[in-house]
Amino acid sequence: MHELSVCQSLLGQIELTARQHHASRVHRVSLKIGPLSGVEPQLLQQAFPIAVAGSIAETATLDIELLPIRLECRQCGAESEAAAANQLICGQCGHWQTRLLSGDEMLLASLELDRPTDEQTVNG
Amino acid sequence: MCDTCGCNVTNGNRHLLQPAGKLEKTADGKSAVTVLQSLLSENDHQALHNRQHFDQHGVLAINLMSSPGSGKTALLEATIDALAGRYRIAVIEGDLETENDAERIRARGVTAIQIATGSACHLDAHMVHDALHRLNLADYDLVFIENVGNLVCPASFDLGHHHNITLLSVTEGDDKPAKYPIMFRAADLMLLTKTDLLAVLDDFEPQKAEQCLRQLANPAPMLSLSATRQQGLEAWFDWLDDAIASHRQRLEQGETVLPKIQSDGARWHTGEAGHP
Ligand SMILES: Nc1nc2c(ncn2[C@@H]2O[C@H](COP(=O)(O)OP(=O)(O)OP(=O)(O)O)[C@@H](O)[C@H]2O)c(=O)[nH]1
Ligand SMILES: [Zn+2]
Ligand SMILES: [Zn+2]
Ligand SMILES: [Zn+2]
Ligand SMILES: [Zn+2]
Repeated sequence: MHELSVCQSLLGQIELTARQHHASRVHRVSLKIGPLSGVEPQLLQQAFPIAVAGSIAETATLDIELLPIRLECRQCGAESEAAAANQLICGQCGHWQTRLLSGDEMLLASLELDRPTDEQTVNG
Repeated sequence: MCDTCGCNVTNGNRHLLQPAGKLEKTADGKSAVTVLQSLLSENDHQALHNRQHFDQHGVLAINLMSSPGSGKTALLEATIDALAGRYRIAVIEGDLETENDAERIRARGVTAIQIATGSACHLDAHMVHDALHRLNLADYDLVFIENVGNLVCPASFDLGHHHNITLLSVTEGDDKPAKYPIMFRAADLMLLTKTDLLAVLDDFEPQKAEQCLRQLANPAPMLSLSATRQQGLEAWFDWLDDAIASHRQRLEQGETVLPKIQSDGARWHTGEAGHP
């Protein structure tokens, strides 16, 4: 439901990073998203072209890496992967007192840019 | 009212916020830049600032979340009736269109600031900041933020408050925590509301609702109450007394508390261990 507003804030970060690297174009945007983040990857994919229209990232492709939900058990200490977003219990002993190690991320992980200096570097 | 931004970037976490990590070349000669920044960083930054406003004035801020109509405003009315003599209370109301809830609160003699979200399905930290600047925080001990009725979006946005409370009314079904895990995982307290209706519902089991909450690895207490029939309110008032007392103690030691779900950005700001 709020994927468009998430994309708009994503665009702000893309533009800032692109400016800092004197980029002329953004080719690829890579995100890392956890199932507990509260954003739907599919809805992000749909909102992205709308949010970046007319920007430096207009032609960019969006890559979304879905991260697993990883838990650490406070009872037995085991690390495990959660079976589902509503089953955050220990995979080893079944106890519910676990700590989330990953799975709630909503991160801009990397950008692939065109920089005017790229050619110079490549050409020596 | 706004002071300078006191955002707490330390040497320990500064590197996480720097947009340029490594610069590499991809196979076709483009520059690849590692960024690793939370998509909600603007919201989280504003939330941090809002929390400073609250903390500077010794105010405890509580975010109420639930589906539409599960009894947030009724709970506030009952709470104000009982505690307005004990605490100076203000309410920030998030609603799509009407001022109805704000007017219900004002009818109790308490200040209510209305945020009309338009079509937005949740409050964000910027909207709450606008409301804060219409409120003289020095005049209050306790600020409730009634979020937009919605079990999905509000859980993703830190507003700068201290505690999340999620209401579940007994007419909604006892499996709601399993169906909306992100929302219920965020709760510091789960309130089972409209329990006067349990007598006429044959399939709502409070134990099952609590079990679903535990499956989310959430140790938050669950309290049962009826706001309109004034049942079970004492335990809720005790929880509030406790929360206010603990908050004052924390503030004396120069500390604050973050709501249960803090986004990646908030974690970075506090310098707590982030993700690998
Ligand atoms: N039986 C019963 N009804 C209640 C109780 N609390 C609220 N209600 C009724 O439920 C309806 C919705 O209550 P509200 O307090 O407006 O709910 P809300 O969560 O503020 O609703 P939104 O702001 O629209 O999301 C009203 O008709 C209330 O009278 C309760 O404890 N018992
Ligand atoms: Zn939303
Ligand atoms: Zn275990
Ligand atoms: Zn301010
Ligand atoms: Zn309401």
